[in-house]
Amino acid sequence: MSLDSPLLEIDPLLDDLRTRIIVCCGSGGVGKTTTAAALGVRAAERGRTAVVLTIDPARRLAQSMGLTELDNTPREVDGIDGSAGGSLHAMMLDMKRTFDEVVVNHSDPERARAILENPFYQSLSAGFAGTQEYMAMEKLGQLRAQDAWDLIIVDTPPSRSALDFLDAPKRLGSFLDGKFIKLLMAPAKVGGRAGVKFLNMGMSMMTGTLSKVMGASLLRDVQTFVAAMDTMFGGFRTRADATYRLLQAPGTAFLVVAAPERDALREAAYFVERLAAEDMPLAGLVLNRVHSSGAAQLTAERALAAAEALEDFAEANGGPEQGGADRGGENLAAARIVDHRPGKADAGTPDGTQDRTEGDRQAPSERLAAGLLRLHAERMQVVARERRTRDRFVSVHPEVPMVDVTALPGDVHDLEGLREIGLRLAGAEEVAA
Amino acid sequence: MTGKGGTGKTTAAAALALALAAEGRRVLLAEVEERQGIAQLFETEALPYEERKIASAPGGGEVHALAIDAELAMLDYLDMFYKLGRAGRALRKLGAIDFATTVAPGLRDVLLTGKVCEAVRRKDKAGWPVYDAVVLDAPPTGRITRFLNVNDEVAGLARVGPIYNQAQSVMRVLKSPQTAIHLVTLLEEMPVQETMDGVAELRAAGLPVGAVIVNMVRPVLLADVELAEVVSPDGPGAEAAGTGGGTATGSGSGRSVNGKRRAAVAKALSQAGLGGARRGGVAERLVDPLFAQAHEHAQRVVLEREQRAEIAALGLPVRELELLGDGVDLGGLYRLAESLRKQAVAGTVPDPGAPTGTVSDDPEGWGSGSIAGTDTSTGTGTGTGTGTNGTDGTETNEVDE
Repeated sequence: MSLDSPLLEIDPLLDDLRTRIIVCCGSGGVGKTTTAAALGVRAAERGRTAVVLTIDPARRLAQSMGLTELDNTPREVDGIDGSAGGSLHAMMLDMKRTFDEVVVNHSDPERARAILENPFYQSLSAGFAGTQEYMAMEKLGQLRAQDAWDLIIVDTPPSRSALDFLDAPKRLGSFLDGKFIKLLMAPAKVGGRAGVKFLNMGMSMMTGTLSKVMGASLLRDVQTFVAAMDTMFGGFRTRADATYRLLQAPGTAFLVVAAPERDALREAAYFVERLAAEDMPLAGLVLNRVHSSGAAQLTAERALAAAEALEDFAEANGGPEQGGADRGGENLAAARIVDHRPGKADAGTPDGTQDRTEGDRQAPSERLAAGLLRLHAERMQVVARERRTRDRFVSVHPEVPMVDVTALPGDVHDLEGLREIGLRLAGAEEVAA
Repeated sequence: MTGKGGTGKTTAAAALALALAAEGRRVLLAEVEERQGIAQLFETEALPYEERKIASAPGGGEVHALAIDAELAMLDYLDMFYKLGRAGRALRKLGAIDFATTVAPGLRDVLLTGKVCEAVRRKDKAGWPVYDAVVLDAPPTGRITRFLNVNDEVAGLARVGPIYNQAQSVMRVLKSPQTAIHLVTLLEEMPVQETMDGVAELRAAGLPVGAVIVNMVRPVLLADVELAEVVSPDGPGAEAAGTGGGTATGSGSGRSVNGKRRAAVAKALSQAGLGGARRGGVAERLVDPLFAQAHEHAQRVVLEREQRAEIAALGLPVRELELLGDGVDLGGLYRLAESLRKQAVAGTVPDPGAPTGTVSDDPEGWGSGSIAGTDTSTGTGTGTGTGTNGTDGTETNEVDE
């Protein structure tokens, strides 16, 4: 009864040499970084010269790729099977350092020093909402310009909202173009033009107010900062625009990553719509952590009913009185799968049934079977819930190609695990039970 | 309330607010990230920059909500301290406010936390605190220390002057025993790691850490002996789990002992009416996938226990919130709130999955101990700049992260 969407085929995407950039986006906690890393490993082992740009990987995932320090340059990942001619580099984004590099590269040494030392710059570069997104874009532009890799895989920052990533360049741009910044710089810039008088008047009124509120020294710092940044503003905008166009280019593929949960898929839907509105090329949706069952023919309801029957029986049998044995129904009694001795009997009794001869480390088979059935019922409920959530997305966006990646029981922190995820991404995994 | 993204800190903050509001209390639930997470959770329209009642708690309590916006908070601040009503608006038009709150995140944080502290200190005409508690749905763990430690942040920008003074007074509230910073986590490696790092940072900054709230706890459905049996690589589930199922005809070694066990389980399934137990029978074919599922479950339980042990090592009070399978709705939120109340009263958490897990027993777990309805009488109202608050000290300010 579930809705179908086209299958997202990962391998053709990775193998297509025209694919130069893959951007993994989505809300926080859905496995974006792991997906990006797994794509990198798979692409490299299929012959691509790939680099993965991660933003904030889990420590052990970072270690698995040899990223032990945050040094802002791509490092080759050891242990990649290079027999297909590919390789993998990985790097972690150091936001502050990237920002510093931009400053140093785009202004003369004296000005750069003035900016780097300014307290406002230090505050801005470390914490300004959107800086991380902007710097990820900046780094992406740099990596692309280096041209040392034929495939760049980007993991987007864990933003408040997935959309921040796209908005960052514009936001920084409009901020830097803001009226107030112009005003702060006005005395220097406007010179003899008409209106200078008005501006200066406005300025002095304002600086009066501002210095009252902020304190004079703080205001002076702000003005120094703004003046120092002035020359860089144009460069910021130009590069932000260039990166934006790069993302719209045919060589770019966006993968929206989600988990089969209501909030994550709602974010994913927003993102799909937003990408369309911005003419960004969407390759498809990766649905992580999907559950399935190898025993899907057994419904949750039947499993629960059977578990109850078995538990009733075990209960009746586990008691100190033998009489309970027959209450389990003639089926069970006839099959004699339950031993009729008192439940607390020691395991050493030579004529014990097979269940008991293995010692009391084992639960009676009915109990175990009941537990297995209860687990199955829970699994089936999860499967049904995920299916409903997924269908809701598919009914709104039936055109979006999709691939389900079944859940692994634990976290991934080695190349082997990333390869396994890669297999699942490519739809090549064995059917998990 | 802080936590890694995706751990449900807004949910936990809302549940805590509801729990604290029980028995006729008045609680403010505030958010600072312009996400409108509270409105979504309570299924109301977007919250303005204005405190309004969004929920009633059992026993006549009330939860009010506020979405704090940095720009508006700045205007508020200018108006309150400098009577800059019109000039403030003019500054806003010019983009000065936007500029100031953007260019200096520290300044922004001073304003946001300043607004929270203002709500904490606010008194009615009779001199009673307007709110019994304030719960803040704060920025995520990665940014929390920076966010709360506005003092350090601002020290780099302003060493004297009004902003400096404001930051100082905010810090006095945040570092006082009136405040408790709770961290929300899941029983997964990354969130737990981030929680550990966050706690270390907060402690280093001298900020008062409250409890760890383990969210989305899933039930453990097998008894320990059963878990032990299915988790081991030689367990009956081994043949099925190793390769992802399907290969039921396990060869060689596993057959003798595990084969018997599997046959017994197949029989039990068959007795329960699920088909034939013979090889190839309907019940027999269930055995492998069921064991594979159990194996996964057991692996997860083992991982979760490891994470619980890590959390326990922090020596903080631990609270647990069950996983609400169908997503969080209002009914679920009240259930979580009730669960938090019970856990705080009991001081311990029923610990379904980890008989070995330690749960710290700390009646002060919510900062001012208010969740259990026991009024603190410590007179912790100092440091707000107003001296002791003149009441009986029932002010319990949860600046929950």
